Amino acid sequence: MNLQVEVSEENLVHYFKVVGEVDAFTAPVLKERLTSVQKTPNVQAVIDLSEVDYIDSTGLGIFIGFYKALQEQNGYVKMTGVNHRLKRLFEITGIDKIIDIEIEEGGSDDASL
Amino acid sequence: MQAYDYIELKVPAKAQYVGVTRLAISGLASRLGFTFDEIEDLKIAASEAVTNAVQHAYGDCEGEVIVGCALFEDKMEIMIADSGNSFDFEETKKHIGPYSDGEDAQFLREGGLGLYLMESLMDEVKVHREEGVTIFMTKYLGGERVDKDVRTVSSQT
Repeated sequence: MNLQVEVSEENLVHYFKVVGEVDAFTAPVLKERLTSVQKTPNVQAVIDLSEVDYIDSTGLGIFIGFYKALQEQNGYVKMTGVNHRLKRLFEITGIDKIIDIEIEEGGSDDASL
Repeated sequence: MQAYDYIELKVPAKAQYVGVTRLAISGLASRLGFTFDEIEDLKIAASEAVTNAVQHAYGDCEGEVIVGCALFEDKMEIMIADSGNSFDFEETKKHIGPYSDGEDAQFLREGGLGLYLMESLMDEVKVHREEGVTIFMTKYLGGERVDKDVRTVSSQT
C-alpha cells in the first residue's frame, strides 16, 4: 500500500500524477502536494488519476477542498484518466457535477484483477 | 438461523491498518464470489467504517478496531466496532437499529462523505452508538437483488 504524487509544470499548468492508493493513511501526501499550489492566483491544475488503484472519501474530500481553494483564486482544476470505478464514485458523490472530469479512453476496466 | 463462517480481525486504531483490513475484506469477498465491482464497493465501505473508527473514536489515544465478517451463502455482513472489546456477533446485531437522519448521522458526517458512500455502496447500513460506535453493513451476492424493502423486512424476522 503506497501512494506517490508526481508533480510537474508545463506552460503554467501544474500536473499531478497520482499513483497508488489514496486512503486515510496515504492521503496527507496528496493533500500536501495539492496545497503547495492552491494559493497561487489563477492556478491551472490537472490531476491525472489513471494509475489510482483505490480511493475513498478521504481522497474525494481532498479534491473537493482543492477545488474550493482554486475557486477562490480564480483557478481551474481538471481530473483526467478517470476509470469506470472512479467515475462511479464521482457520480455517487456528485463530484462530477462540480469538477471537470475526463474519462479514461480505451482502458481495460479490470486491469488490476 | 443461516449457517455462516465468521472471521474477526482486531487492529490498532491507526490509519496504517485501514489498508490491511481492506485487503482482508477483499480476500473474503472474493472467496464468496463477489464480482470485481462488488469487491471494490465492499473495500471502500469497510475502509470508510474503519477510517471513521480510527479518526473519531480515539483521537490521540490508543485503541483497537474490531472488524467482524460473517460470510453467508448469499451475502456478506461486516460489523465494525471501535469499542476495543471483542463482541458477540449475534448479540450486538440485535441492538443495531436502522440508521436515521438524526444524531448518529451528524456524528458520522462531520468526517465528510464516509457514511454516504457506505450507504450507497452497500445494501444495508446500520449504526449503533453505545460505548463507542458499531457500524453494521450487508452486501448481497449477485447484481439482481430483490427490492431492498422486501429484504429489510424479511431479514428482521
